[in-house]
Parts: sequence; structure tokens; C-alpha cells
Amino acid sequence: MLWTFNQDIKRNKVHESSGNFACGQHCLKIRDISVKADEEFIIDKINLHIHCGKLTVIIGRNGAGKTTLIKAILGEVKHSGRIEFTDLKSNAVEDLKIGYVPQNFHIEKNTPVSVYDLFAGYISRTPVFLKKSKKLYDFIKERLSIFDAQDLIDKRACDLSGGELQRVLLAIAITPMPNLLLLDEPVSGIDKNGMELFYNNIQKIKENFDLAIIMVSHDFEFVKKYADHVVLLDKTIFKEGTFEEVSGCEDFLKVFGRVE
Amino acid sequence: MNTIYNLLETILPFSWIEYNFMKNALLAVVIITPLFGILGTMIVNNRMAFFSDALGHSALTGIALGAIMGIADTNFSMTAYAIIFAVLLNYIKNKKTLSTDTLISVFSSFSMALGLVILSRGGNFSKYSSLLLGDILSINPMEIRLLCIILIVTLIYWFVGFNKLHSVAINTSLAKSKKININLVEASFCILIAVIVMLSIKWVGILIINALLTLPAAAGRNIASNMREYHLFSLLISVFSGITGLILSFYLGTATGPTVVIIAALIFFITLIIGTVKSK
Repeated sequence: MLWTFNQDIKRNKVHESSGNFACGQHCLKIRDISVKADEEFIIDKINLHIHCGKLTVIIGRNGAGKTTLIKAILGEVKHSGRIEFTDLKSNAVEDLKIGYVPQNFHIEKNTPVSVYDLFAGYISRTPVFLKKSKKLYDFIKERLSIFDAQDLIDKRACDLSGGELQRVLLAIAITPMPNLLLLDEPVSGIDKNGMELFYNNIQKIKENFDLAIIMVSHDFEFVKKYADHVVLLDKTIFKEGTFEEVSGCEDFLKVFGRVE
Repeated sequence: MNTIYNLLETILPFSWIEYNFMKNALLAVVIITPLFGILGTMIVNNRMAFFSDALGHSALTGIALGAIMGIADTNFSMTAYAIIFAVLLNYIKNKKTLSTDTLISVFSSFSMALGLVILSRGGNFSKYSSLLLGDILSINPMEIRLLCIILIVTLIYWFVGFNKLHSVAINTSLAKSKKININLVEASFCILIAVIVMLSIKWVGILIINALLTLPAAAGRNIASNMREYHLFSLLISVFSGITGLILSFYLGTATGPTVVIIAALIFFITLIIGTVKSK
């Protein structure tokens, strides 16, 4: 697995001139993002400053607006405020490319969609009901192999386990390579081993590709181990900083209690 | 048209093909069934069966409104009404205030009742009752050409927009992150279905149009494991049931549409059994 991963990095180096390792020179500013529903703010004036190569984890109680924030960044819900993405090297404002792994990804039983179909639908213009393209097939296999999912390519997407689907979705999210990866609590229905693997994969993406990651999580063990920046959200940002800083604050203790 | 007729007589040495109305009907079936087979794949995947059903029912209202406003060509008033109906339904569905099933049900009952009330005024609804079952045997060459154009438009749409439609059907949030314009994709697909349903309803019938749209795809879904198989099976099943249904109805003296539906339904049950056995 590591081998294929390294292979991918080598290949990427050739393809993407900007390099793969986080350069720390891309900066994403979320300014005054608010979302209103029925005259009531679901999230209110969120300001975040994110650099590539960093994993920012959003924590908060149920209904704190975590998913809404993700959807606002994604542009799926109407919001005020703006998102700026700049390349600090040239100071140019760039078009932000987002990779996303949804919280609920349910494919109805018996749906005749293979992993190849699912993947190709997002990256190719050639309709997927036509004959498979060998080149595209190989490319998708290569992308899937980053997360050791290359053998799933011909399986039906609805037959995959939670963990398998997760790896496929991760591969889809980083193809083409985004500037920002949004992960909305993407661990439901996955056992402990699967979670471990998933976290390792996130770590790998962070270390090897030039992108920023925002993730919603409830798993403090993970947050403590991997997060560079933790944001405690409840309609607005209560506290941000390292996990130690956030978990020590009063608001955190009120909701979650003491976390060792 | 005559060359096509002659060609049909040469390649099909059967007695039923001697009648011109059967030739026309066969041509219409050969155009409509692949169209429905292809379209059905995404109607079923998108869980839009209710929607296309409601559209079928709204045909009556379109005709009724056309009659009131004195529009001679009912195709026009039907299609115009159906497009408005489809776009409005799609818009309200996205508001997510009511569940889609309930919403569509309310809309289609209201629309149908409105159409029936207007058309039955003065007690002459019987004039329109042929719409319920449709009559493919009465299609004329001009109308076959129109169907041909629809088939071509659909194929173009399918080649250009299929991947986007497919992505939206799977997960809207993920599609959004890939910068797909979800509203455009959904609205254009709704309009396409509206136009096709309206322009073929006279031949297929309000009561059975939805069966023809969804049955072949549902049957194909039972045995397909990817999009290529899905399209192929749906298309073949649709064309096969269409042609066999037409011939059978000729010999049995039954209405064509329902005969086709029965064959498609039988194939559905067969594929259901095959699919269940295969997955074990």
C-alpha cells in the first residue's frame, strides 16, 4: 500500500508542477460566514483562517451547525460572508477547488452503478453508459490505489462496506486534486479498524499533498492525535487553538466533560 | 415514407405488415421504446417514477386549457403546461417543506381533476377517452417524424449531460462539490421528461405511459451490475416488449399499450428471479 502511494507521489510530481508537499503558501480565509433559516442564525459570523498542509477539525454538540458550516463552504446552502483563497507567493486570488466526502452517502440496494461508473461520472465527459475507456479505467485504478481500493473498481458501489465506500469517496474527493478537502464526520458505519485506516489515510493526504483539510469529528482520540487546529463551534466559534487549549476551556467542559 | 414501407415489407414477410397502420405503428414502436428504455434508466435511478406519472396525468389539464383558450394544436398546450408543471414541481420539491411523494400526489390529483372538470363540461368527455389508453395504430407519418426528432434530441442530451445527471442522482452534495449545476441538471431533465411524455401520450396512453417508462429500466436494474449493462438491458427489454406487444395485440385484437405492459411486467418478474438467484 505504501509502495503504491509513493508511486502516486512520484507520478504526481511529474504531472503537477506545483509539487505535492504542502507549501504552506496557500491561504484560505473564511470571512463572516452566516447562515440564516427562518429569521434565526444557524451559524453566525464564522471567521476561519486556514493554510494548506493543515488539518482543522471542527467539534461541537449535535445541532451546533457543523454540517451547515461545511455546506456553506461548499456553496450548497445560501450564506452571507465570503471565502477567499489566495496564493501567497503571487498574492493572486485563485479559484478554490473543493473535495468533499459527504456525511451520509447512501446508494440504494441493487443500483447498477460500479465504482468505475461512480468515479468516471465525475471526471470524464464521455457518458458512462458507453464502452469503458482503458485509459480512464487505468487512471481510476491508480487513483483508487492511493487508498488501497483498486480492487473495488468493478464492484457495485451499493455492495461496498462502509469502510470500502469511504476509501473510494476519498479517492474521488482528491481527483482532481482540490485545494481544500471537506470531510463531514465521515466515519459512520465503520468499525474500529476501518477508522484507524481512515485516519491514517487522512494523515497521508495531509503529509503528501498540497491541500488544506477541514473535518467534522466527534472522535477526540483522533482529534488529539492528528489535528493541527481545533475549532469549537456552537452557532459561532467559542474557542479555537490546539486540542489541549480547546479541551481545557469552560465551554468544552460544559458540553463534553473532561477528555483525557 | 414509401421506401421505408417497401423495405419493411421486404424484410418482414408477415401478413400483419401488409397494413399501413401496422407499418406506422411498428415504426413508432421502434422509435418510442428505445427512447423510453434509455430515459427510464435515470427515472428509476432518480426515484422519479411518481413524477413521470404525475406528468402523464397532467396531460388532460394541458388539453383542457388548450381547449378553453382556443389553441388548435393540443400538442402545444399540453407541452407548455407540462413544462410549467414540471419546473414548478421541481422547484417546490427542492424547498423540502413537504415530502416529495405527498407533494406530487397533491399536484397531480389537482391537475387531473381540473382537466377532467373542464373537459367533461357539457358531458362530452368520451371524445377524449382514447387518451387514457392511447392508440398507436392511429399514428401518421408526420407524427412519426416528430417522434424521430424527439429521439434525436434525447440522444444528444444523453451524450452531453448524462454524467452530470448520473452524478446528481447519486448524491447532490458530492455533485455540488464537483461544481455541477444541480438546478440546471434537474430542471433540464424534468423538462425533457415533460416534453417526451406529452408528445407520446396520444400513442401510449395516460394510464400506461409510466409503466412503459419504468418497467424496462426496473427489469434491467434487476440483472445489471453497471451502467453499460443497465442501458443495454433496459433498451433491449423495452424494444422487445414493444414489438412483441404490438404483434400480439394485432392477433389477439387487444389494445396495444396494455399488451406491451403485460410483456414488460412478465420480463420484470423473470429478471427479478434471475437477479435474486444470481446474488445468492
